[in-house]
Amino acid sequence: MAEFRMPKLGADMSAGKLVAWRKKPGERIERGEIIAVVETDKTAIEVESFVTGVLEKVLVEPGDSRIPVGTPLAIMTVEAGTLPPIEAPRTEVAAPRAAESAPLRAAARGGPEVARPAPEGARAKASPAARRRALELGIQLGTVPGTGPEGRITLEDVEQAASARPAPAPAAPESRQQRMRYAIAAAMARSKREIPHYYLATTIDMSRLETWLETANRERPIAERLVYGVLLVKAVALALREVPELNGFWIEGRAAQSEAIHPGVAISLRGGGLVAPALHDADRRTLDDLMAAFSDLVKRARAGSLKSSEVTAPTITITSLGERGVESLFGIIYPPQLALVGFGKPVERPWVAEGRVCARRVITATLSGDHRATDGHRGALFLDALGRLLQEPEKL
Amino acid sequence: MSTTRDRILRVLGDIVPELEPSELKPGVNLRDQLDLDSMDFLNFMIALHKEFGVDVPEAEYRKLLTLDGCVQYIEAEKPAG
Repeated sequence: MAEFRMPKLGADMSAGKLVAWRKKPGERIERGEIIAVVETDKTAIEVESFVTGVLEKVLVEPGDSRIPVGTPLAIMTVEAGTLPPIEAPRTEVAAPRAAESAPLRAAARGGPEVARPAPEGARAKASPAARRRALELGIQLGTVPGTGPEGRITLEDVEQAASARPAPAPAAPESRQQRMRYAIAAAMARSKREIPHYYLATTIDMSRLETWLETANRERPIAERLVYGVLLVKAVALALREVPELNGFWIEGRAAQSEAIHPGVAISLRGGGLVAPALHDADRRTLDDLMAAFSDLVKRARAGSLKSSEVTAPTITITSLGERGVESLFGIIYPPQLALVGFGKPVERPWVAEGRVCARRVITATLSGDHRATDGHRGALFLDALGRLLQEPEKL
Repeated sequence: MSTTRDRILRVLGDIVPELEPSELKPGVNLRDQLDLDSMDFLNFMIALHKEFGVDVPEAEYRKLLTLDGCVQYIEAEKPAG
């Protein structure tokens, strides 16, 4: 038996509404199937099961109340041998301890977490950093569910508990937009508090890429045309293969690189706010495949039907304000990720090529890096690789 | 019978659900008015293609940046009948 719990669908989520069950008691669930729909402060998300089994009993009915992350929502029987050797964060299923390997737990920390409240009366196990922070914030460690090894309370758990505390004012957020602002505020404040950012920028000649794209699109039917942004995503993903230290999460005081490259692409929502769901395995997909996936992701992000694996998986974030006329942006890393890549607007500038000054279309690409995980030197190598890859669009 | 303008507005409404046709300024850039990004605009072009059978080359997107521009372009390019 295992508990299916309210998943943590992002660093800024402390609670969510259970909107609907997609499975009934007694029904079999395959890994990857949608089990429930949860509404976060940002959007509605279809939560996938990361195990195969049977939904035995529903503990919480859908409703308007906000349910804290980690609260048991249902009881499942898990089919033996179906706990996956996952790479990315997974949907919350509190599984038998012995079945979890250390790397699995570490990889899972970027998103949904397996919450284990401290046994009653026992002194809560907690990292020194978590104890210090709990003291600063006036939080009783015994009330904090631990998500570390053997239920150990981590610094992130304490921060989570702090953000889950009711804000002094206003008592209840009035609208989705306002709740989204609070969620973004919590994540960004945490990022700026915890992550020592460094920022790098480089200017990249885009003339070859633009010419290639124009030619490629001229030959394609309208429904198969590519947008510029997809080429940037692919180039970032390939550059991360060369500098993998930027791809992953900061977990319990150390960097955990992710083998899989799942860039989260920032998508602005109508009416304000944004989400950054993952384009899975972007380095291994063709441009056509990425384009189809990106188009689908944008539609579903705006329709409020993202999947849990998409919101918890990003190993890095890519954002662009170029379409709004911004020439360069220095973003704030989305914790617990290690880096963020920003793109500005392509602009025509004087450029020296082969000893001659000419007019070229260029963009400013930036990197915000977590200085705990990497130094500027590695960040510079990444931007160098990115610039080089964008000179050979036919190889993307 | 729906006019070309009505049909374009209906197509646009599928891309931008909060669209208020009466508030749309026909001579002003749609991307600025409706906060359309390049993916929205491509989806708009694809939807116009489905609705009118007009395949707009990428080089001519600039002619469809306003509602008036869209009407003019579609009227000129849509298959007869």
